[in-house]
Order: sequence, then C-alpha cells, then structure tokens
Amino acid sequence: MIEQLLFWVFAVLACGGAIAVVATQNVVRMAFWLVVSLGSVAALFFLLQADFLGAAQLLIYVGGTVVLLVFGVMLTASGPYTQIRTSPAEVIVGAAVGMLLLFVLVSSIGKVDWDEIADRLPATPAAPVNVDAAQWQKAGDQPAGSSASQVALGVQEQQGRTVRQLGLSFLGLRPDRNLVEGGAHGLAPGYLLPFEIISIHLLVVLIGAAYLARAKRRVVSEESPELS
Amino acid sequence: MGEVGLNAYLMVGAVLFVCGVVCMATKRNGIGILMGVELVLNGANVNFVAFSRYTPLGLDGQTTALFVVVLAAAEAAVALAIALNFYNNHLTIDVDSGNELHG
Repeated sequence: MIEQLLFWVFAVLACGGAIAVVATQNVVRMAFWLVVSLGSVAALFFLLQADFLGAAQLLIYVGGTVVLLVFGVMLTASGPYTQIRTSPAEVIVGAAVGMLLLFVLVSSIGKVDWDEIADRLPATPAAPVNVDAAQWQKAGDQPAGSSASQVALGVQEQQGRTVRQLGLSFLGLRPDRNLVEGGAHGLAPGYLLPFEIISIHLLVVLIGAAYLARAKRRVVSEESPELS
Repeated sequence: MGEVGLNAYLMVGAVLFVCGVVCMATKRNGIGILMGVELVLNGANVNFVAFSRYTPLGLDGQTTALFVVVLAAAEAAVALAIALNFYNNHLTIDVDSGNELHG
C-alpha cells in the first residue's frame, strides 16, 4: 500500500517535472524542474529495488550533470533574464505532435502482453539476490538451523542489495547466473569488456571536452594588428 | 488501486520520452535542448530498470542503465563544450543563429 502511494507520488512528480521543463521558457527554472524530475526518477529506481542505480542517478545526474548545465547557463547568458522565446505556432504544433506520439506509445504499451513475452525468455533464477544473502548467511554470524527464519530473511534481503552483484558483473562475473543453476547455462558472460570500453570512452570524452572548452586567447601582435 | 505493475512504469518512461522529444524539438536555447536529451535518456533508463525488475532479465537491465547514465554524463560534457564554443563565436546560445556552417 505504501509502495503504491510512493509510486504515484513520484510518478506524478517525474511526469509533472518533465512537462514543466517543456513548458517553462526561463532556462534556470527549466534546470530546477529537471532536478525535480530526475530526483523523482531516482526514487522510482529505489522503488524498483535498484538501490545502487538510484544512488548513482542522484550522484551523477542531480549532483553532476545538472550542475554542469547550470554552469553552462551561467557562462552563456548575455543578460540577467535572457529568454529565447518560441513562437506560439511552434508551441501548438509541438504539443500536438507530442500528444500524438504519447498516444502511439501508450496504446502500444497497453496492447502488448509482457508476461507472455517474458515467458519466452530463457529461464533464469527467479530471485537472484537470494544467493548472495544465503551464502552470506551460511558463512556468517547467524547459527545454522531455523530454515524458516532463513527463508523469511531471504525474502527480506531480496529488497535491493545489488551493489555487490553489479560490481562483480563489471569484473566479468555473474554470480546471479553462474552460481544458482550450477552452470546449466554455461558461464554467463559479464560486463568486463563494455566496462573497459566505457572507461576509455569517458576519459577520451573528458579530455576532448576540456580541449574544446578551453579559453581562446586572442593573439594581438604589435606588428600586424589587423590580423589577430 | 491495484498492484503497481510493469505498465505503470512504462507509462512514466513514455511520458518522460515524449517530453524530452518535444523539448528537443521546440526549444531554441541550446542548453534547453541538452535538457531534453537528458529527459529522453531518463525515460529509457526507467524502461530498462522496470524490465529488469518485472521480467527474468535479472541484473542486465540495471547494468545497461548504468552504462546509459555514464554515456549521458559524457554527452553532456561534450555538448556543453560545443555550446560554449558556439557562444564564443556567435555571442548567443540561440540555435537558430547557427546556420552558417563555419568557424
């Protein structure tokens, strides 16, 4: 019940923030509504039991990307209340096209039976997070026995706790696939190569951004002032 | 009010996507276009995580969503550098003035 209430609150906040980003003309207010929308999406990630992803969303998006955008607004504003208007005809056309696109998306989402498609996927362990918790419990402090309490604790531990599994999958291991079925699928590949590729990509992109955005000095030479 | 299912999250993702596309299409401010791109990527991320939760995909959706977050950060950095260069050359951030295709 509380989950549904939280879902509706944050879903309305996310959608309303996104619509306000579109509707507002002031860039700084757009940045504020973007913070509202992205923070609500992070809360939706927490509701979807993706705890690390929600925290990363808060840290990288709300803490990093939006601040970067606000700095961009500061560095490019030519007046204190700069507003670049969109003409009303364009607003009407854009709203109509957006409504049509939303109608197409919503109707096609409603048409598809997702459970039937999910059944066609290869079977994977239903509760992958349980493995981690169970092995932790086996080696850990709790005395053995009382399987009922272990089952209840496994159900509890299913909420979130994806940090270790995400880290292991970035190292090329898949504990949720490989440990449960006893290698029935063969070894499921991890994400080591995409992780390395995206690391190099991020490094190259940041160097390129620093090169692009560097301050250009106007060379004013004494002997040829008409060049410069 | 029934159980919150997959469809509700997909609706939220669709609304975010449409808002981002409309934002990209109608804003004339370069920074506003970047915000539209962020909204589109967030809508896609909501879909990834919802499928990771409600279908037996397991951890794959969350991993892909993390990659998308990192790519969005990189894209914002490069696009902002381009916007700063644009502002240095044109003294405005209005994308309609960038119709010369030089310098």
